[in-house]
Formats: sequence, structure tokens, C-alpha cells
Amino acid sequence: MAVLNSNIPPGPLAEKWEQYKFNTKLINPANKRKYKVIVVGAGLAGASAAATLAELGYEVHNFVFHDSPRRAHSVAAQGGINAAKNYPNDGDSVYRLFYDTIKGGDFRSREANVYRLAEVSLNIIDQCVAQGVPFAREYGGFLDNRSFGGAQVSRTFYARGQTGQQLLIGAYSALNKMIGAHAVKSYTHAEMLDLVVVNGHAKGIIVRHLETGAITRHNADAIVLATGGYGNVYNLSTLARNSNATAIWRAYKRGACFANPCYTQIHPTCIPVSGDYQSKLTLMSESLRNDGRVWVPKKKEDCKKRPRDIPEADRDYYLERMYAAFGNLAPRDVSSRAAKQVCDEGRGIGPSGLGVYLDFADAIQRLGEGKVRERYGNLFAMYHEITNEDAYHTPMRIYPAVHYTMGGLWVDYNLMSNLPGLFVLGEANFSDHGANRLGASALMQGLADGYFVIPATISAYLASQNPGQRPPVEHDAFRAAEADVQAIITKLMNSKGKHTPTSFHRRLGKIMWDHCGMARTKAGLEAGIKHIIALRDEYWREVNVLGAANDWNQALELANRVADYLELGELMCRDALHREESCGAHFREEYQYTTADPEVQNGLVNVGDVKRRDDVFAYVAGWEYPGTTEKAPVLNKEPLVYEAAHMSTRSYKV
Amino acid sequence: MKIKLKVWRQKNRDTPGQFKTYDSPELNEHMSFLEMLDVINEDLANKGEEPIAFDHDCREGICGTCSCVINGKPHGPNRGVATCQTYMRSFKDGDTIVVEPWRAKAFPIIKDLVVDRTAFDRIQHAGGYISVRTGAAPDANAILVPKKDADLAMDAAQCIGCGACVAACKNASAMLFVAAKVSHLGLLPQGQPEREKRVLAMVKQMDEEGFGACTATGSCQAVCPKEISIAFIARMNHDYGKALLKGDPHAAPGQAG
Repeated sequence: MAVLNSNIPPGPLAEKWEQYKFNTKLINPANKRKYKVIVVGAGLAGASAAATLAELGYEVHNFVFHDSPRRAHSVAAQGGINAAKNYPNDGDSVYRLFYDTIKGGDFRSREANVYRLAEVSLNIIDQCVAQGVPFAREYGGFLDNRSFGGAQVSRTFYARGQTGQQLLIGAYSALNKMIGAHAVKSYTHAEMLDLVVVNGHAKGIIVRHLETGAITRHNADAIVLATGGYGNVYNLSTLARNSNATAIWRAYKRGACFANPCYTQIHPTCIPVSGDYQSKLTLMSESLRNDGRVWVPKKKEDCKKRPRDIPEADRDYYLERMYAAFGNLAPRDVSSRAAKQVCDEGRGIGPSGLGVYLDFADAIQRLGEGKVRERYGNLFAMYHEITNEDAYHTPMRIYPAVHYTMGGLWVDYNLMSNLPGLFVLGEANFSDHGANRLGASALMQGLADGYFVIPATISAYLASQNPGQRPPVEHDAFRAAEADVQAIITKLMNSKGKHTPTSFHRRLGKIMWDHCGMARTKAGLEAGIKHIIALRDEYWREVNVLGAANDWNQALELANRVADYLELGELMCRDALHREESCGAHFREEYQYTTADPEVQNGLVNVGDVKRRDDVFAYVAGWEYPGTTEKAPVLNKEPLVYEAAHMSTRSYKV
Repeated sequence: MKIKLKVWRQKNRDTPGQFKTYDSPELNEHMSFLEMLDVINEDLANKGEEPIAFDHDCREGICGTCSCVINGKPHGPNRGVATCQTYMRSFKDGDTIVVEPWRAKAFPIIKDLVVDRTAFDRIQHAGGYISVRTGAAPDANAILVPKKDADLAMDAAQCIGCGACVAACKNASAMLFVAAKVSHLGLLPQGQPEREKRVLAMVKQMDEEGFGACTATGSCQAVCPKEISIAFIARMNHDYGKALLKGDPHAAPGQAG
């Protein structure tokens, strides 16, 4: 069994990070250059880590499967990035950001990590501004802020509707500076297909070059994975099509524990599915809920009417009705489930009946169309391109879609996995968002991990390794890992079945959405596991990959990734099945508040809100690979202990 | 609806390519252009023919990966969108749609519709940044930026690095791309210390990559998915001229076009 020691430093919460930095081992500048660090991924976490580690003097090698580091999926984040700057003087503080994040995550994240995240949020904004990120400004030249879901203060910094791209360009420019200075070696079109573990330590990776198919071995003193989330296991999601789980999944199969895989965020405001051919779902930024009002008709028979023909009295602004204190800015999990609930009641709108309105009529009346256009113009344009509808004159149609995975590889306070030498940053790890992530917090976490946390924590591990002593790529472990990668590719190429990897991906996605989606049950999850195992079996008999392995081959790329999804999907269902409680985005129908509960009678929560079971499930589930997919994975637990925040019932009503 | 797809097929960098024409299966007007390619690829694979390679990723117009010349126009018939934001409702039942990769000496073809755009990265390695060490930044509100400067910098910063500007230009010039990058940083107070060095270095690298000169036809701004203005080219020429006149003994002069 793996040992999951969180390595939280001692001392009061607010002093832990400061104390940690003082007590941690440093490496002298002359020795730093003898250590080689591999960073996989170049999104916000990866690019910021690679650039900063190179600035410190380490030899950094950065790998991305994209043609350029600037295309990592962080680029697509729209709404903003949180920081406890309290520039609007509306009562924000590091402690409030910490508490909102802990509460938003439904008391399933690690307190010390979250506090550190809130602390360094201040430095992130400073760093980004200095790099030239063109955040929105007020007329006096000062930075502008807006509010976001799950918070009652305005702490979100933004750059029109493309904050992610602007922050990524900032991190990418920092990376470019170090590539230009030959301090980072950049590998593009280079996909990591395995982790190499030598004597229990992560010491290398196996990479396939997408253009030539060449398989190469790369060694290092430490490996940093910043490879993003695994939401594409659902096939349809707001993720880029090429975002995938292969790097973290193959690390799992080499011994890294996978934490809380079932925690999947379903984002409430996405454009509804329009047909079977659909390749992805497009998110409409949560920032729209600042000014848009969410509603459905009160009566089923009104659903097919034009929205303008439904009088005010016949509309149900259900978020405002159900969650008075937060209204349309209720957190994502709460808003998504409420949308599902009204659609399940038959009050959904649009061709499929799986949609709700997001209406800007009031905002346009209050602010004028010009102001609304200035705030959200690009989002309205995007909506128009996709749906051919004009949201200035008719409400948007939205529905929840898979957006983010809070689970990921288990890491300790150092962001190191249970495999020494393997560090995991950003969405790829599990640490900061608990069972539900608040809006504008993913960008914050990615940059916190890359710019400020890993540069401080990696030295503690490297100081324990002799400089210049990393194992050579001729080591048996490298040879064996390369052979394993080759074996999978050969098996896929030789399968010569009847169905494309895409068709299997679509089928898996449907199983996941139906059985491990917004609402889960014991019976549904058990059935899901059976379906996935059967589909996986069929996959290896029936998949058809055309083209050659030593050539640009997008079908082979996908086939590799789908093979991993077919295993990861099962683990997600197993985790959801074992967690017999509801928390944050994980909603088990068996565990919800009913009229019999005092919390409902006291007006703290609504009937149907998630019901945690802190006495049994206040822990991180770290699943360990048993060496074969035939056996059940091993469950390791890290208990969650709250020293500062009080574990309370999460209420957004009062 | 159904269409005929006349598409460029090329095995790899070293093998000459040619057009091939395929009949699509039944499509629908709500599909994106890339979803149409997915459907045709699925059909090709089921018939045992290798699918068409094309670049794509976010499919919402922000990553800059997709790159098709559609009926002679980079990113297709509509203004202000990338290929992935082009929908089949822009075409008619029975149309023949011609699809080519970006064509420019500096963007060699890798396969079918996929080209190598690493030249753009190298231009940015040369100077597309503000040199600030992590941790060295002052408080964010210590640097005041007038709203109009911030907004104009943002207009330039919207560039998604797709390369449509190069593909549209008869000279395969990268001036709009480089001008957007230079202007984004050059308009901000943080970008001033390196403003001259930056423009000299980036233009020099641009020239070395084999991009052509600018003859101000404006085709770049017409196809830019973010509708970036060629006024930024004028701004870059201004910066470049000023930097040249001031002289930097360490920078070899290039051509601003």
C-alpha cells in the first residue's frame, strides 16, 4: 500500500508557507545547473513552472504535444482569475478567499494548500501585470474587478472574455524568454506516453514525436507533470479535443496514486448539444451570470413558446428563488443540478428540452446595450456563430456540460506525488478545489503552482539527490518502459477491427454521462462499470487504426488516449460508487436533504441539496494501481483535518 | 445537405501532394466545418481509406490551431472567425468546397492540411516578452495604464497566432502577426524599456524565417479571426524606424517590409 503523507508543515495556518520556505533545503546556484527537470505541458502551470525553474538555474526540458506551447488549453478560459487584492474595498482578504474556496469545495480539499493558494494569489496578479497582461482597467488606470460564482466580493481580474489566453501569453512569453536564452529546451509535437520509475523514483519519460512517430527516452532528476484535466473521458466536454489523460494515467499505472477521480465539474452555462456529430461543447463564461438571469417557464406547456411570448409572471427565475443570497451567482455544482432538476420536471427549453434561458433583457434595460456589448461582446458573438441566434434580443439557451476535473494525481504539500521525484501541477493534481471548483480559480491555481509553489518546493527533493547522478537512458527501466509503449502501439495498429477510435470514444462518453454524470446512484454506477469493462474488451478486438505508426497519425494518437479513458472511466465510477455521500459536484441520489432534515426546516438548505457524511468520508481517496486492470484498485486514505475552517453545512441560501 | 470536398492530400513533407475529391455523407447545417471533416473522416476510415489530417484543438476560436484555406480564403467565407467557428449553414447543398493548407514558404506542409508554424514561435523567442523575473514584480496597481492604452494593447493581444494573415498575403508576409505582438507590449508602460530592442530582434527573425515583405494590400486584416487592424503594422514600422535611427550597435538591421 502506498503511504499518503500530506507533509503539511507545522505551525498556525497563516504562517505555514512562510515557515516552510525558511526551513526548506536550498540548492546553491552552482549546483542548480547540474539538475535536469522535465516539465510536461505548457499551459499556465507548465509554462510558468518551466520558465521559473529555468530562471532559478535548473536545466529545464519542456514537452508539449501541440505545435506550439501557446496552444495549451488554458488558452480557452474566458472569465477571469481570482486574487484577494481587495482593491474594491468590499471586504475581501486572504482568509476570505481561502474560506470561500474551502466552502466552495464542500470541505473536501486540503486546508493548508488552499490557504497557500489564497496567499500567493496576490503575487500572481503582480507578476502578470509586469509581464504585460492587458487586464481590464478603469478610467483612472487602475485594475478593474468583477464578481464570480460562489463569492460575494468582486475579486476577479479579467481581460475581456479571454483571460486565459492573455495569462497564457504571459506565461508563454516568460517561457520564450528562457527558450531564447537556451535555458529551456522546448520539444513540440512531443507526447509523453510513459513515466520511467527507477528504484521507486520518477526519473524519466517516454515520448512519441507526433510527426515522425519516433519514440525517444528522456531522463531527468525530477519530473513535473502539468498536463491538465481528464474531462474528455466524457467525449463531449468544454475541453479542447486533444486534451487527454494519458500522461497522468500512465503515471498512475507506474505507481502514482489517483485522488478523487469522481469529482467532475459540470459547468452550468454551456451551449446545449445539437446532434450526434457534436465534437465539443462550448462554454459561455460564468461571468455572464453577473448580468444574465436564469429562468425556465413555470408551466410545461409554455416550453415550446417563444421566450418573449411568456409573460414575467409565468417565468421561474429558479436560482433567485432557491438560493436567495447568491441568486444567479450560486456555485457551479449547485447551478448545474438546479438546471437538471427543472429540465427533469419537463420545463426545459429548446429543441431537445435540455436547456434553460440565460436572459440579458434586464441588464440591457439597466445598463444599455453598449455596456453589455463592452462586457460580453465576444461571448455574444461566439453564441451567435454557433447557434445563429442574437442574444441581445432573445435569451441564450444554456445547459450544463463537463468542464473541469477536481480529481487528479495525489500530491502532498510539496506538490509531489507518492512517487518521489514526480511533481504534479494545475488541473492534473487534486489538491485545491475539493469536490467543486469555484469560477476563476483554475487560472489562479495553475499559476500559483507554476510560478510560486514548485520553484520553492522542488529544491527539497532535489537536495536529496546527488547532482549529476540521474540514471542514464540506457537503464533497464527506460528500456522496459519504451518496450511497453511500443507494445501498446503495435497492438493498436494490428487490431484491424471494424470501428474507429472515435466511435468507441463516443460510446464511452455516453456511458460516463449517463452513469457517472450530474446525478449518480449505486445501481447506475455498477451498471456503468460493467458497460465500460465490456466496451474495453471490445475495443482491443474491434478498434481500427489506419495509417502507419511511424508517420503523422491522428487516429493512432486518439487510439492511445481512448485506451486510457476506457480504464480511467472505470476508476471514476468505482470512486463514485465507493463514496457513499454527496459532496460538491459528486451527487449521489441516495444522499440528499429531505423535508425531514432540520437543515431544511431551518431554511439553511433546499430539499435535494447535497448531503455530506463527514463522519465517514472526510478523506481524500487515493487509488493505487494493483498492477493489472483485472484486479480492483487499492484504496488509500488521507484524512482531511480542518484546523482553521469549521466543517459546516454548505449553504448558499443565507 | 451533402457536399463534394476537394481537398489537398499530401503524405509528408517530402512527397508531392494532389487534390482529391470526396462525396460527403449526409450533413446538417448546424455542424461546424471541422465536424463536417470529422464526419467525412469517419466515413473514409470505415471505407478503409486513411482520414484527412487536419490541425484542430479548442474548437472555439481561441487556440489558433485550425488552419484551412476554404474556397481560397483562410478560415472560410465569414469575417472574424476561425475555421472551427465556420458552420455548414454558410454553404449550400451540393456545393463543391475546396480545402487547402496554409501555403507559405515559412510554413512547410507536414501532412494533408497540417503545416509547420514553428517560425512564429522562433520570432517570439527572439524578443516577444518583457524581461521580468518571477517574484520581481511591484504591486499590480503600482503600474497605472490609461484605459485607452490598455484597450488598444488588448486589441493587439487578441492575436491567436493561427497564421491566416500569412496564408492570405500574396507575399506570405508575417507583418500583421509580428505587429500585433510588438504593439501589445509596446503600448504598455511595462514594455517600454525593451521596446526598441524588441522590434529590431523580432523583425530580424521574421526576415530570417523567409516571410515576405508587406505591400499593404490589407488581405491579412480581412481574414484575421480576431480582426486585428493593419494600423498596428504602421505602428510597428514607426517603432522600427525609430529604433533603426536611434541605432543599436548590437542589432543587425532587418527589413520592416
